[in-house]
Amino acid sequence: MNITVKFFASLREQTGTSDTTINSAGALTVIQAWQQASGLNEMPENTLCAINMEYVNADAPLSDGDELAFFPPVTGG
Amino acid sequence: MIELRDSEFDPLYELAEFQKTLSHGKYGACCNFIGSMRDFNEGDDVSQMTLEHYPGMTEKFLQKICDEASEKWPLLDCLIIHRVGDINPNDSIVLTAAWSAHRDASFAACRYLIEELKHRAPFWKKENTTEGERWVSENTKAND
Repeated sequence: MNITVKFFASLREQTGTSDTTINSAGALTVIQAWQQASGLNEMPENTLCAINMEYVNADAPLSDGDELAFFPPVTGG
Repeated sequence: MIELRDSEFDPLYELAEFQKTLSHGKYGACCNFIGSMRDFNEGDDVSQMTLEHYPGMTEKFLQKICDEASEKWPLLDCLIIHRVGDINPNDSIVLTAAWSAHRDASFAACRYLIEELKHRAPFWKKENTTEGERWVSENTKAND
């Protein structure tokens, strides 16, 4: 399956990428996709994750065609 | 209504213009919050700021927050306008407003709109300070 992965703000700078696509033959969770897309084992503390623009936990499963996003705590307003 | 703006806006003008679109005689209360950019933060001077967002998800969450407020309180309408991109001190960053027949609902809903926005809407501030650029790590709590 193919997953589009996006990184925002400080995580975009840390990983050096804003957008990438990963492929997996088998099932994949958010944390596994993080490791594959970022090349980093550990996800920084307080990282927020979203699948198809809805917040999820790091152990949530992914489906083919999902858009997965990683970002730090939000600071708008 | 929710809207993102990539240039300076006048919140009082926006408030007045939006209010003209509401049914006259139906609302008895409008409560609003305007957030603007300070030229200091955490003990440093801040000369400029950039607001990053997640196109699509940001709009979706602003709309979701408006819809939730309308379910919780008897509102005639609510409005959120938020800046993105480069921002200068004194610029308005955000406007939230809620209209209702009586004041209790508009006070509570306006507070809900800004607090939920600050906790859930994907925006990130990067400040330009005398010490260099830095990401704002988290929003202040409501009672700070």
